[in-house]
Amino acid sequence: MSHNASIPHRLISQNVPQAPSLMRATLTSLWSPFNGFFEWFGELGLFAWQVMRAAVRRPFEGRELIRQLDEIGSKSLPLVALAGAAIGAVLSLQSRSSLVHFGAKSMLPAALVFSIIHETGPIVTGLVVSGRVGAGIGAELGSMKVTEQIDAIEASGVNPYKYLAFTRIVACILMLPLLTLAADLFGVLFGWLADTLVDPISFTKFIHRGFAGTNFSDFLAPTFRTAIFGLIIGMIGCFQGMRTQGGTAGVGISATSSVVMSSLFVILADVVLVKLILVFFP
Amino acid sequence: MTLPEQEVLVGPEETAAMSAPESSGGEHAGPAVVLRGLHKSFGSLIVLDGIDLTVKSGETLAMLGRSGTGKSVLLKLIIGLQKPNSGSILVQGQEITSLDLQAMNEIRKKMGFLFQGAALYDSLTVEQNVAFPLKRHTKMSKSERRDRVKELLASVGMEGAFKKMPSDISGGMQKRVGLARALALKPEILLLDEPTAGLDPITSAEIDELILKLQEEHHMASVVVTHDLQSAKTIADRIALLHEGNVLIEGSFSDLEKSDNRLVMEFMKRDS
Repeated sequence: MSHNASIPHRLISQNVPQAPSLMRATLTSLWSPFNGFFEWFGELGLFAWQVMRAAVRRPFEGRELIRQLDEIGSKSLPLVALAGAAIGAVLSLQSRSSLVHFGAKSMLPAALVFSIIHETGPIVTGLVVSGRVGAGIGAELGSMKVTEQIDAIEASGVNPYKYLAFTRIVACILMLPLLTLAADLFGVLFGWLADTLVDPISFTKFIHRGFAGTNFSDFLAPTFRTAIFGLIIGMIGCFQGMRTQGGTAGVGISATSSVVMSSLFVILADVVLVKLILVFFP
Repeated sequence: MTLPEQEVLVGPEETAAMSAPESSGGEHAGPAVVLRGLHKSFGSLIVLDGIDLTVKSGETLAMLGRSGTGKSVLLKLIIGLQKPNSGSILVQGQEITSLDLQAMNEIRKKMGFLFQGAALYDSLTVEQNVAFPLKRHTKMSKSERRDRVKELLASVGMEGAFKKMPSDISGGMQKRVGLARALALKPEILLLDEPTAGLDPITSAEIDELILKLQEEHHMASVVVTHDLQSAKTIADRIALLHEGNVLIEGSFSDLEKSDNRLVMEFMKRDS
């Protein structure tokens, strides 16, 4: 017979939690989300390290990289172009009335080009690609993980960090600037179309006015900052996909979290990079 | 965790094999796989609790046991997909627990692994699936590779599925293709994770026959994880029954039948 057997049950059940243990429980529950957040960052760092280590060793998986360039680049082009076109047209229509109000109608092409090249084109491309590609990578790799395909790749002596992750990350880094240029192009083109439908202006004249105060260097920093967006989208998509757990439900969670986290970090990176660009390329 | 009473039937040959010295490369005369004091746990859950097991070259060892006894984990430890908490894993005399990734990949080339759900790459055709290890680890020309894939698919009775996608073929066919892929690099050790799970009795018998045929042709050491006692009886030279993270009994099928251990008797009775 145990020692407690002699104590009436009523007395045992009436034990109330001690104050220190209650405080500890409260602190633990408050700390838990922060702990999860730091844990996520730590694991992301380890994942990035594994990818970098794999990247410097042969073979370089050129064929898979080309397949991913097509998958991530070419197949995102229609959506990015459409988003760029819509933003260009909307910007043109909405800016027009304000500029006419202040008697600065002739400034419309320059305002449109500046806005698209410097901010709208890059951020819209980043968010559209993080939606399409981030979800795609998260779901594809997540599904491969839960069906043991990633284990099968590793078991056949191929490094999945290189074959699956490195190729996708590099494809995102290379393709984002090119997709941004496409978004810029369609934005300016459809901005002109929207403008010329209200008040006809030749395309040559629109372009001439739009790019009058723009240098080649104005393109460089905003366009190439999207390479960082590509790094974020590729890295987070692959990371979330390759750590998937829990069957098909886990695949859904990975796809969603890939989009949410990559979109969030693209927006945060945009703020930081704009500030840096203004400091280094005033 | 309390350990069950162990009933290990180890012969003199095996004892000699266990103490074989380390060697590396080329044709290996010693045991194919030696596990010593292997521990593996996930958090507080102890899955393997000091397993000792030896797989001789050319023999087929079937691992039986209830779900969750760590049979699949054991296979993943042997091929280095998971790391043990402690203990030693010798593959052809080479300790693999301390190897770096590149050295481990060299060892993996000597092993073939058939996953429980076949784990075929669903973005690749059947041909590309089987060609995957060949493309990465051999210098075969395209035509040589194609011939080898044809030969492998023919050996598992899947020559007609060359251009099909994994989603277009049945579970049994996927297992056959998975087996062809596992054999692509002519492995010396074959690891099979529930090769007949989820298949009807006729297809299961066909897969068993296929494994036996491939064993005779290639003389590999095989470790087969299964719940199917009939399958184990057909294909295995030796059977190990895992229970609570350890080997409860190890021996031939008739040794297991003769055992008076309650758990072994229950296991055998349930299947019959």
